[in-house]
Amino acid sequence: MKKQRAFEDFVHGIFLFLGLVTVGFVLLITVYLVIAGIPAIREIGILNFLFNIKWASTASEPSYGILPFILTSVYGTAGAIILGVPVGFLTSVYLAKLAPEKIRTVVSGAVSLLAGIPSVVYGLVGMMVLVPGIRRLFHIPDGASLFAAIIVLAIMILPSIINVSITALEAVPREYEDASLALGATPVETYFRVSVPAAKSGIAAAVVLGVGRAIGEAMAVMMVSGNAPNMPELFGSVRFLTTAVASEMSYSSGLQRQALFSIALVLFLFIMLINAALNFFLKRSKE
Amino acid sequence: MKKIILIMLTAIFTTSMLTSCSSQTSSTVSTDGSTSMEEVIGILGEAFEEKFGISFTYNPTGSGSGIQAVKEGRCDIGLSSRNLKPEEKADGLSETVLANDGIAVIINPQNPVIDLDVETIAKIYTGEISNWSQVGGNDAEIVVIGREAGSGTRDGFESITGTEDACKYRQELTSTGDVITTVSQNPDAIGYASLAAVGDGIKALSVGGVLPSEDTVKDGSYVIQRPFVLVTKDDTELSEAAQKFFDFATSADAARYISQAGAVPVN
Repeated sequence: MKKQRAFEDFVHGIFLFLGLVTVGFVLLITVYLVIAGIPAIREIGILNFLFNIKWASTASEPSYGILPFILTSVYGTAGAIILGVPVGFLTSVYLAKLAPEKIRTVVSGAVSLLAGIPSVVYGLVGMMVLVPGIRRLFHIPDGASLFAAIIVLAIMILPSIINVSITALEAVPREYEDASLALGATPVETYFRVSVPAAKSGIAAAVVLGVGRAIGEAMAVMMVSGNAPNMPELFGSVRFLTTAVASEMSYSSGLQRQALFSIALVLFLFIMLINAALNFFLKRSKE
Repeated sequence: MKKIILIMLTAIFTTSMLTSCSSQTSSTVSTDGSTSMEEVIGILGEAFEEKFGISFTYNPTGSGSGIQAVKEGRCDIGLSSRNLKPEEKADGLSETVLANDGIAVIINPQNPVIDLDVETIAKIYTGEISNWSQVGGNDAEIVVIGREAGSGTRDGFESITGTEDACKYRQELTSTGDVITTVSQNPDAIGYASLAAVGDGIKALSVGGVLPSEDTVKDGSYVIQRPFVLVTKDDTELSEAAQKFFDFATSADAARYISQAGAVPVN
């Protein structure tokens, strides 16, 4: 009996340790980012860093302004949400409420597959198909642009939006819908007037999750956005916060490298904010 | 329960074994640096491993990181695709030029332009010339493709053409392969890439009437070229294995491997 008890304690200890490992990593990354990110911001000046529109990190008189990256990330994410949310939302309503079992199985499978595709593959397809396509379609000299990145991001966030929304819609109590139907509402009326409002916190969480994915994506957008540090323009070459870090990190040194860490810190704060919003919505949906 | 513990123990043992393996560095040569030198170093490293039976590692991080790594003693030999800056030499590093590499100016095969001089190329990259018709091509806007800040190829290209900090890039891509793919897809694009990497799907321009090739890089008539440099530390001696590699790479024997990789050996 005593032996059994000791064994139980031992296993509990292992689980506790593994749980703490995760917490430890989060703390480690946070502390490291703050320590690594602060010096450059100090040296450049926080206002100059955040609001200067010129990024020329290797010039003889370097300039480290990341406003173009911040705006590009915001616009790019907003664009992806504007395109992705209606598609994802309606798909999830269809799958959760309207679709026959067979279609549901096939479409859900496709959505899961979409979630499993590595981002570099999205980037590659975007680079080979989407970028030349945009160039021809809009008769512009080069297709690598904010627009191409928005389309890639919109597709990439679809699975998160669809899956989370479906879960939220399926959690709506059956009685609500039955009551609505019994009062004479049509099924479609019921879904949009009763089910969706009842699931709205969950759907909001899905959108926030999509924002989080879009703002954190680096590889795919790096391959289609052109990467020049310009102020954002729909058909212009742009650089995101993520790609600013990723594209220059390998060759960087000195203040340039420190500034890249500072960009990562800014990105980290953005994502923290989004996570806080996500937690807020999820909590509300539970209540 | 027991099963889980067994799995965990196995995992712990495997990781500890792996870590103990990687700390065994006595008979390896580690190099770190320029991504442009990948082909040259790849072939040299393979030949070296075969000849001496010493294992060889190459970490393609970029010239700046490679120089930093050798300075901090994280690798035996640093690889740089530019000459060392005076302040780097003052830090106790020295350079040995291994080979020269031409930087080809590349365009899409559909583009009728075949020759530009350095001055015109510089004007295109600074945005002074923005339409192909100004240099005898079709009436189309020039799409200027380059590499990211800090890249050895960009540094080499900009310093040779005198366009430092003045280039107006439409796209800044992070690898030679990306530049080649992008140029091969866009008929109005112009880009630059290591001569060694030039292949199908794109056209290398002649510069001032001289086509980039091994011969024209060697005799200096093709002007857009840069050195491939081995970087070593002055105050610490190379390990026996690293010295062997250094001697091998700079020997006349290695020249054929270097030219096989598309660069031009100095010895």
